[in-house]
Amino acid sequence: MITLTHYIVLSAILFTLGVVGVLIRRNAIIIFMCIELMLNAVNLSFVAFAHYLNSMQGQLFVFFTMTVAAAEAAVGLAIIVAVFRNKETVNIDDINIMKW
Amino acid sequence: MLNLVGLILLFPIIGTAINGLFGKRLKKETVGYVACGSIGLSFFISVLVFCGLLLLPPDARLFEKQLFSWIESGSFKAAAGLQVDPLSSLMILVVTGVGFLIHIYSVGYMHNDKGYHRYFCYLNLFTFSMLLLVLSNNFLLMFIGWEAVGLCSYLLIGFWFEKKSASDAAKKAFIVNRVGDFGFALGIMLIFLTFHSIDFTEVFNAASHGNFGVGSFTVTVITLLLFMGATGKSAQIPLYTWLPDAMEGPTPVSALIHAATMVTAGVYMIARCNVLYTMSPFTMTVVASIGAVTALFAASIGLVQNDIKRVLAYSTISQLGYMFLACGVGAFTAGIFHLMTHAFFKALLFLGSGSVIHALSGEQDMRKMGGLKHHIPITYKTFLIGTVAIAGLPPFAGFFSKDEILLESLVRGNFIYWLIAAIAAFFTAFYMFRLLFMTFHGESRVDHHVAEHIHESPRNMTIPLMILAGLSFVGGFLGIPGASAINNFLAPVFGGHPHTEISGTESIGHHSEGHPYLMMVISTAIAVAGISLAYRMYVKKPEMPGRLAERFHLIYKLLLNKYYVDEIYDVLFVKPTKIISIQLWKRVDALMIDGSVNGIARLVGWFGNIFRHLQTGYIRNYAFYIVAGCIFIIVLTVFGK
Repeated sequence: MITLTHYIVLSAILFTLGVVGVLIRRNAIIIFMCIELMLNAVNLSFVAFAHYLNSMQGQLFVFFTMTVAAAEAAVGLAIIVAVFRNKETVNIDDINIMKW
Repeated sequence: MLNLVGLILLFPIIGTAINGLFGKRLKKETVGYVACGSIGLSFFISVLVFCGLLLLPPDARLFEKQLFSWIESGSFKAAAGLQVDPLSSLMILVVTGVGFLIHIYSVGYMHNDKGYHRYFCYLNLFTFSMLLLVLSNNFLLMFIGWEAVGLCSYLLIGFWFEKKSASDAAKKAFIVNRVGDFGFALGIMLIFLTFHSIDFTEVFNAASHGNFGVGSFTVTVITLLLFMGATGKSAQIPLYTWLPDAMEGPTPVSALIHAATMVTAGVYMIARCNVLYTMSPFTMTVVASIGAVTALFAASIGLVQNDIKRVLAYSTISQLGYMFLACGVGAFTAGIFHLMTHAFFKALLFLGSGSVIHALSGEQDMRKMGGLKHHIPITYKTFLIGTVAIAGLPPFAGFFSKDEILLESLVRGNFIYWLIAAIAAFFTAFYMFRLLFMTFHGESRVDHHVAEHIHESPRNMTIPLMILAGLSFVGGFLGIPGASAINNFLAPVFGGHPHTEISGTESIGHHSEGHPYLMMVISTAIAVAGISLAYRMYVKKPEMPGRLAERFHLIYKLLLNKYYVDEIYDVLFVKPTKIISIQLWKRVDALMIDGSVNGIARLVGWFGNIFRHLQTGYIRNYAFYIVAGCIFIIVLTVFGK
């Protein structure tokens, strides 16, 4: 029997994977994918809770999240492309001029 | 008809607006027509108002018109209200009448100036301000007019601001006047504190029916403070120094502002507040003494000046001294009468000198004039009338008014006042005829290339001269001793209050018999003596002044340098102020204020320098901060309690 706990744990693992990926990877596209992973981890827990609580609210939120994620993907990829055209790299360690 | 009084103010301000806003795009003729027309209409309405006032019985000749309520703050109320009574109606006639003539004259005089519309805009604004000053029915509105005429004076003295001397003179006039106006403003505040009103009628009623005895300390302080304002505006000792420098402005301006109208504002103010002044014998003594001393002092400087306009400037100061002397001894009517006649003949003299300067292509030094009599005959004849009028020969205007002041200063004041005034009258006759002889008679000392261009002024300049000459001739008949029309007309303003008669002098409500005719003979003799001395020195023996100057070298130097008053003021006030200001600038402003402001900025920058290393530019670091923060919050919520 797969209980709520399983879903929560899976969601937590996926989220942590995303966080760690954002923290340690250097390729902007991978970081971007890690962010998507975090979003979807949250989606998973939303759906799980919705099912467990017999409420549609969680499911509704997932749609919102997916919409935002889609929009964000478009904008984020566009930024990455623009950065790549300028600097010919997507290594974020080379993209560090936004500072003092 | 009295209800029209608001229009008197309206027309000049419309003229100002049109010329100020659109003057640049209008044709010169249009600008001139707008300016003259607005003052002309204003004059017309003034005449109507004056007639309306005459139709009323003498005791009812006070009309107040509230335009709107201006300031209401607690118990403090100031209305924008106008007041027509014999005094103000006389003043508006003089201001608009003389002002109209000078506007017409200016059309001719300024026709080549590139600031033509600016000039007329200022001149209209001045007329408006001066009318506001004399028509207001409370102290605050009067103060607005008082300041506004000062502003216009500043603008017009500095009209040719490209010249350093002109802009310096403008600043000097403005700053010196500030000193006086400071006192004036304090006086108004004290009036409000004392009487809880600033309305003329209310204040004067409260003063005469209140608990203030003659010589009350508060009233003395109020009147002295107001008089301080008058010394600034009306160029009396010790604040007279700006007026001679004010001659840097265009000559019609000197005629209108610095001779005929604005400088008489102080005299008007004292006459308006006669109820307060008569309650304070001490202030009256101060006013009379300063007036008398100024009359003599300025006249003596005028004896040796060589610039035609400066002689007239010192003459103006001296004549204003006469008016203050008259007010100071309680003869307000005589003061206002002299104000009026002086407006006629001094405007005439200034415009005449302007015509001379115009003819000589800008020359103002009398040593480079002479023999102009035949070249500019109209100017000469009118100037002669003006000179005779100011010197005080019967039956010209100046004779009657000056004679009345001399008489009153003897009867109401004392012998010393009379003596000073008489000596000053002698000086006046002398320096005015010296001016006349040096300018119009004798050998021509004009430069050759200037001499070729000498021409009589155009008609729009000579006609005002002729009208003013006519007024200088007949103006005096308003105040013939014994049957003085002006005395009766002004009586409700000056006579209707219980304190008007100063103790001990109440016997001279009207001229006593015998006195006036003897006085007339004496003052005529004084004038004739002055004139004949001038004739001897400047026509018969032109070498005499030089020899005298050499023999009385020191006195001559002293007079020529105006008693070194400017230099003394420079050392006493200007230099110390500058030194203190520089110290304040360098130590307080630059060191302390700027130092503390910059210090705070530097402190913030120093902190920023340390903390900016948090900003690495690596996304990983920022993400780490966020995660660390989240973990921290989670830990806090889970294990916190």
